[in-house]
Amino acid sequence: MSDLTWRRPISTWWWLRKRTYFVFVMRELSSLFVGWFVVFLLLLVRAVGRGDAAYHDFLDWADSPVVIAVNVVGFAFILLHTVTWFGVTPQAMALRVRGKPVPAPVVIAGQYVGLAVVTAFIWWLVTR
Amino acid sequence: MDESNTGSVTGSVTEAITMRVTRWRPDKNTPPGTQDYDVPMRKEWTVLDGLNHIKDELDQTLAFRWSCRMGICGSCGMNVNGEPRLTCATFLDDYAPGPVRVEPLANFPIARDLVVDLTDFMEKLPRVKPWIIRDDDAVLGADSEIDGEYLQTPEELDAYKQFSMCINCMLCYAACPVYGLDPDFIGPAAIALAERYDLDSRDQGARERLDVLIEHEGVWGCTFVGECTRVCPKHVDPAGAIQRYKLKAAQENVKAFLLPRGRR
Repeated sequence: MSDLTWRRPISTWWWLRKRTYFVFVMRELSSLFVGWFVVFLLLLVRAVGRGDAAYHDFLDWADSPVVIAVNVVGFAFILLHTVTWFGVTPQAMALRVRGKPVPAPVVIAGQYVGLAVVTAFIWWLVTR
Repeated sequence: MDESNTGSVTGSVTEAITMRVTRWRPDKNTPPGTQDYDVPMRKEWTVLDGLNHIKDELDQTLAFRWSCRMGICGSCGMNVNGEPRLTCATFLDDYAPGPVRVEPLANFPIARDLVVDLTDFMEKLPRVKPWIIRDDDAVLGADSEIDGEYLQTPEELDAYKQFSMCINCMLCYAACPVYGLDPDFIGPAAIALAERYDLDSRDQGARERLDVLIEHEGVWGCTFVGECTRVCPKHVDPAGAIQRYKLKAAQENVKAFLLPRGRR
């Protein structure tokens, strides 16, 4: 068949062709920043473990313009990551309670409630 | 059509829209080109009506697939202005003033003009065993004639009904960048059909299908772009089916790891 058909090549820039493709690629990219925040947190924990001087060195480093810029961009990607993945969860999880399917908005809202509870707990833990 | 695969044919109409149609002939070793046709723009005309007008009145050499004109047969899928659409359910006046681009479905090799070669899908579909598999032959009589029925409640029907609406129109494959970049990926419609039989209370073949879909070219090829679900004209939600399959596959892995052989 191959000699009687025409195969069209896929452009490297296929993901710029459509808004939904672009959002998808950005969502994939956001995983890098999730990884970055894990590393950032581990560095913080290590600094705290090493005592006062190391902790203050870490704070100075975290205060530098480059790190702040990376964290601001990273936070924007984390928001995108959270919102997009929360949005598609009902598609992946067909939840049923007492035999009845749980409506998609309830599943999404449940995740935001969970996020709020965890955030409040960590807020309380850090500021008490 | 001239040698360079481009040109223009104008019909004598007052209110018209230009359809910019992809042309390619297998006997010419030139890349696909486009040809413009002016067709009457009537409120009730679909893109498929426009193509049929071209075929009947302007240019008999144009090749495209169609059959039912009512969104059932799944033959008339094409890329309209870059979006995979059933052309029988896509209205010309939504693209006014035009021109409206009509191309063969993306991600498939072109066989001629707007006709694509679906051999790849026809080979993949039976691999997921989209039919009812039973361990027993209880309803078969001695003469191998079916002498009974598998009964099903309305709730059991609802469990898979959505996934049974697929008309194999291939819009989801045309929308899927994973399939475009990696043609080994088994693809949205085939996995949605596997899910359709898995969720059927009469079926006992989930294990056999999982063996096929647990491979890399199976569900794990999918990165959840979600575009298959957005373009599906029958609201089948192949993206949802694939993610649920991933969940099932992951649970099987955990079970295989934790449980003794007999309990799996």
